[in-house]
Amino acid sequence: MLRLQCPVCGLRDETEFSYGGDATVQRPDMNETDLKVWHDFVFLRDNPRGAHLEYWHHVHGCRQWLVVERDTQSHEIGDARLAREVQG
Amino acid sequence: MTKYSVFSLLKHGFTGNRHWPQVWREPEPKRSYDVIIVGGGGHGLATAYYLAKEHGIHNVAVLEKGWLGGGNAGRNTTIVRSNYMMPGNTQFYERSLRLWEELSFELNYNVMFSQRGQYNTCHSPAEMDRARRRGNVMLANDIDAELLDREEVRKRLPYLDYSEGARFPIHGALYQERAGTARHDAVVWGYARAADRLGVDLIQQCEVVGFLREGDGIVGVETTRGPIRATKVGLAVAGHTSHVAQKAGLRLPIESHALQAFVSEPVKPLIDCVIGFGGAAHIYISQSDKGGLVFGGEIDKYNTYAQRGGMPVVEDVLSATKGLIPSLSRLRVLRHWAGVMDMSMDGSPIIAKTSVRGLYLNGGWCYGGFKATPASGWCFAHTIARDAPHEDSAEFTLDRFERGYQIEEKGVGPTPKLQ
Repeated sequence: MLRLQCPVCGLRDETEFSYGGDATVQRPDMNETDLKVWHDFVFLRDNPRGAHLEYWHHVHGCRQWLVVERDTQSHEIGDARLAREVQG
Repeated sequence: MTKYSVFSLLKHGFTGNRHWPQVWREPEPKRSYDVIIVGGGGHGLATAYYLAKEHGIHNVAVLEKGWLGGGNAGRNTTIVRSNYMMPGNTQFYERSLRLWEELSFELNYNVMFSQRGQYNTCHSPAEMDRARRRGNVMLANDIDAELLDREEVRKRLPYLDYSEGARFPIHGALYQERAGTARHDAVVWGYARAADRLGVDLIQQCEVVGFLREGDGIVGVETTRGPIRATKVGLAVAGHTSHVAQKAGLRLPIESHALQAFVSEPVKPLIDCVIGFGGAAHIYISQSDKGGLVFGGEIDKYNTYAQRGGMPVVEDVLSATKGLIPSLSRLRVLRHWAGVMDMSMDGSPIIAKTSVRGLYLNGGWCYGGFKATPASGWCFAHTIARDAPHEDSAEFTLDRFERGYQIEEKGVGPTPKLQ
């Protein structure tokens, strides 16, 4: 069982969350017309073996989206922040 | 090399089985090969075998970082079926099933392929409609399929829960008689032995740590046992495809997730078929020759390269299994483990040339890698040897995502954790 440190609710089980995938992909500007850029955004991932920044939605808690740093080999969990505070 | 037969068995039996020759060589890596296959699992070994057998390319090496079949080939639930519905998948998995049917003879190695039949249970009228559609697509493609109603399923699988208050009421099932299971290690060893016999070098304990580049192409690999040159390099390292391909500068539509599998304590023969249940919950179960029930369910739903799973999925799988077959409730689980899956963005695999000259890719197998082993090798060997896709794997390109031609068996969109 993974346990995530929610900045609002404290330490909670992974079963309260829904996984949202890689948090480093940036949605292109809505006026972007190059399909290659959209393809890369929708489909391509770094999928790193090691440190991974990822979204988790505290869906059965405060319903906030978090950005969590987690290691994909050791499952060690680092910093967890509110996604809206991470996004510029 | 001894040909396995009843006579060789008798001969070696009479001499106490002390004189069997080594099954495959343990060669030192040469300085260069025509083709290097990275990954000594079922897919890599099958590719090497068909390169030599079907395309006459014998100067081939298979590089394996651990031991042969020590990755996902040794971590699956051994189910073989071809009940796919989407164009692209349908003919590919049927090709695979036809290769499975001849495999023991082809390899002179008993892969213990047992066509015991697979039931995919349906638990609502809508699921019956869905199964009917899938079955019709299969029949239209010359694949056997049979839709069974509740009473027929009850006759054949009396141990499912047919009570009033059943958590998952049985409405019927889609049955494929030619589906079944095979012995996972035997498939690996069979292909390894047959490939070695045709001159393929199987090199274990040899990890690829980088690629040798010349101009815009790849001319070999850097390994923990030194550089090895090759005209063509094929990757068959599903689970770690992103990690290895990244060394060649590729970014792929793949995430790595853990899929767990379970074995119960051995019991007397109970389940003489394969049962799949993919609706409100997701499990699949069969019984091994040793009596243990072999079963599994969903992935863990977060990126991981760790070959272990978490307790929430253990609980989900066990409770769904018990919901379907209540009599298993007291059965103890002996072992559980996980393998790392290449979860692709549309749930379908990739067998293709890459944008890097000399580099060929086989990956993205999601849950479906084991059953695909023979056809994967068959089609990947064709792709490498002829520099063109095989007709049965022609849809498994990388650029299908750019063209908008994803092969979505589940229809859940570009979300690997849901595939």
